[in-house]
Amino acid sequence: MTDFHKGLLAINEQQSSLLGALNKNGADSFLQQEIPTRKTEAWKFTSLYNLTSNEEGYGRLAETHGAAGLDGLATIPALDAQRLVFVNGQYSEELSSNTEHKNVVRFSQADDTQKSIIADNLGTAIEQEKHVFAALNNAIITDGVLVHVGKNEHLKTKIQITHITTPQAKAFTVPARLLIVLETGANATVVEHFASNDDEQNCFVNAITEAKIGDNARLNHYRLQLVQEGSIQIGGVHVDLGRDANYDSFQLGLGAKIVRNDINVNHNVGGSHCELVGVYLPQNKQLIDFHSNIEHKVAQCTTKEVFRGIMADKSKAVFNGRIHIHPDAQKTLAELSNKNLLLSNDATINTKPELEIYADDVRCAHGATIAQLDEQARFYLRSRGISAAEADVMLSFGFINELLENLELDPIRNLIRPILAQRFGRDEELMKHIG
Amino acid sequence: MLTIKDLKANVEDKNILKGLNLDIKPGEIHAIMGPNGAGKSTLGNVLSGREGYEVTGGSAELEGTNLLDMDPEERARLGLFLAFQYPVEIPGVSNLEFLKASVDSVRAAQGKDALDSVSFLKLARAKCKLVNLDQSFLKRGVNEGFSGGEKKRNEIMQMMLLEPKVCILDETDSGLDIDALQVVAEGVNSLRDPNRSFIIVTHYQRLLDYIVPDFVHVLADGKIVKSGGKELALELEEKGYGWLEDAAENGAG
Repeated sequence: MTDFHKGLLAINEQQSSLLGALNKNGADSFLQQEIPTRKTEAWKFTSLYNLTSNEEGYGRLAETHGAAGLDGLATIPALDAQRLVFVNGQYSEELSSNTEHKNVVRFSQADDTQKSIIADNLGTAIEQEKHVFAALNNAIITDGVLVHVGKNEHLKTKIQITHITTPQAKAFTVPARLLIVLETGANATVVEHFASNDDEQNCFVNAITEAKIGDNARLNHYRLQLVQEGSIQIGGVHVDLGRDANYDSFQLGLGAKIVRNDINVNHNVGGSHCELVGVYLPQNKQLIDFHSNIEHKVAQCTTKEVFRGIMADKSKAVFNGRIHIHPDAQKTLAELSNKNLLLSNDATINTKPELEIYADDVRCAHGATIAQLDEQARFYLRSRGISAAEADVMLSFGFINELLENLELDPIRNLIRPILAQRFGRDEELMKHIG
Repeated sequence: MLTIKDLKANVEDKNILKGLNLDIKPGEIHAIMGPNGAGKSTLGNVLSGREGYEVTGGSAELEGTNLLDMDPEERARLGLFLAFQYPVEIPGVSNLEFLKASVDSVRAAQGKDALDSVSFLKLARAKCKLVNLDQSFLKRGVNEGFSGGEKKRNEIMQMMLLEPKVCILDETDSGLDIDALQVVAEGVNSLRDPNRSFIIVTHYQRLLDYIVPDFVHVLADGKIVKSGGKELALELEEKGYGWLEDAAENGAG
C-alpha cells in the first residue's frame, strides 16, 4: 500500500450499511492495483504526476461548502430540470430544486424500495479491476444520486446533476457517484454538469456514472465538464444495455490539469444502439483524455461514435476509441470517427482508434484525422471580405458546432456555443459573428 | 473600373496566363470564353488572390488601386467579387452568420456601421426571395447539402448583399438546368448598374442569351486572342474554338 493509496482511502473510514460492502470490495480492489504510470498501456500518454506527486496529497474532503455566489454556475438557463447541486461534494439544498422528485434521490435519503434498487444495481456495470479510479470510487463514496425510471415511464422532466467546486485551503477530493436505472421501456434525459468558480482550483473530482438501461429503454445523457484549469477530474461512465436499448450521449470537456474519462458501454443482450458524441477543447497547458471502450458481446447491435477536438497553445488531448466485437456479435454495425484540429505547433493529440473484430459478418468503419483548417473554406470566407483571423475562428467554431446541431436540448447548445466561441475567439471582434 | 495589363501567372510552376490585357469600364459586361485549359478560371482566382496562383508579371488595378499586392479579404472589401465555380461547403457555420460577417466586413471597410441583426435578417430574407431560395437556407450550414443550382443562387445572393463594383462569375452556368440558369441571370441583370462591371467567364454561349454582354473575348493559351461584340459568342458557338487557337499560334509564330 502506497501513501497515495492510503491517503485516498482515509477519506472514507466509516462505511455505511448501504454502501459498506461496495466500499470494502472497492478498497480491496484499489489496494491490489498499482497506480498507473506512463508504462501502463492505457495511460501511456496521460501522466498522473500532478495527482500523485502533489505535496499536500488529495487525501481529504473539502472543509467548506458555501453556496454564496454560485447560483449562476448551478443553473443551465432555460433548462426545465429537476436539479441536484453539490458544492465541493456536499449536497446544497439552497442551490437545488426546492421540491422533491420521485425519480431522483440521494442514496442517503432513499426509501426501502430505492435502497433495494441501489443494492441490486450499484457497481454491476463496472469492472473495477480494470478501472483503478472506479475501484477508488467504489471504496470512498459515502453517498450518491439515484435516478430511477419505472417500466414504460417517459420522464418529461430532465434531471440535472451539477457538481461545483471552489478552492480550499488544502487540496481535496470529491467522490461523486450517479446511478441511473431505467426499467423496461423507460425514457429519460440526464444532464451531468461539472463546474467551478473562476479561482485556481485544487480539487480532484472522482466522478463515476453508472447506467443500467433496460430492454427498449432509452437514456439521453449529457456530460459537461466546464471547470477551471487547476482542477483534476478522473472518472467515467459505465453503461449496460438491455435488449433494443438505446444510449445516446454527448460529452464535452474543456481540459484542465488532468481530465480523464473512461467510457465503457456493454451491448449485453442484442438489438441495442449506442451513440457517443464527444468534444474536447483544451488550451494553455491543459490535458484531456477520453478512453472509450464499446463491448459488442452479442449480435445485431450498433455503435456510432464521433469525437472531435481542437487543441490550442501547449495543450494535449488523448483519444482512444476501442470497439471490441466478440465472436458471437454477428451483424454488428460500428462506426468510429475522430477528427482533430491543432491550432498551435506546441499542441499535441494522441489518437488511436482500436477495432478488435472476432466475428466475420460485421460492418465496421473507423477513421482518425489530424488536420489544419480547410484552405478552400478559408479562402472562400476571405474572398467575401472576412479577415483571415476571423475566418479561422469561424471555421474552428464550425468544426465543433457541426456536432452541436443535432443535440436534442436547445438549452445545452445555447450554454455551450458562447463557451466555444470564447475558446477560439478570445477577442470580441473575432467572435461577434458566432455563438 | 478594372484594368488588367500584361498579366502573367503560374500555377504550380506552370505558366498559365501569358500576358493578358483587359480594360473594363464602369457598367460594362465582358464575357470571357475559351477552350478548357485556356486559363479562364485562373484569371478569376488570380484576381481574387487565391493561394497557389503566382503572379509573375503585369498589373491589375481596380479604380487605380493595384489588387495584386492585397490579401483576398482586402480585395473583396475594395469591391471585387468572385462567384465560385465550386462554392465551398462549410458545415457548422450557418449561412446567415457567414453572410453577416461578410457584409459587416465590407461595410466596415467603407466606413459604414454594421447592420443590427434584425435589419440584416430582413435584408437577407428579401435577397433569398429574389434568388428563389427558401429562407431555411439561411439557417443551414454554408452551402451544406445544397444542390448545384442552390449553391450558385447562394453566390448570387452574396453578390446582391455585398453590392460589389466588379463581379467575376466563374463558370456560374456549369451544371445548371435552364430554370436555375434563368434565376441566376435575372439576379445578375437586376444588379446591372452604371457603376458596376461584370466579367462572365463561361465555356458556352448559353448563359449569354440571358445576360447580354457588351464585349466578348476569347481566351486561348493564356492570352486574349480575339475580342468583339455579343455576336462573337454566336460565331464561337457555331465554329468552336479551333480556328482561333490556330490563328493565335500563327500570330505568335
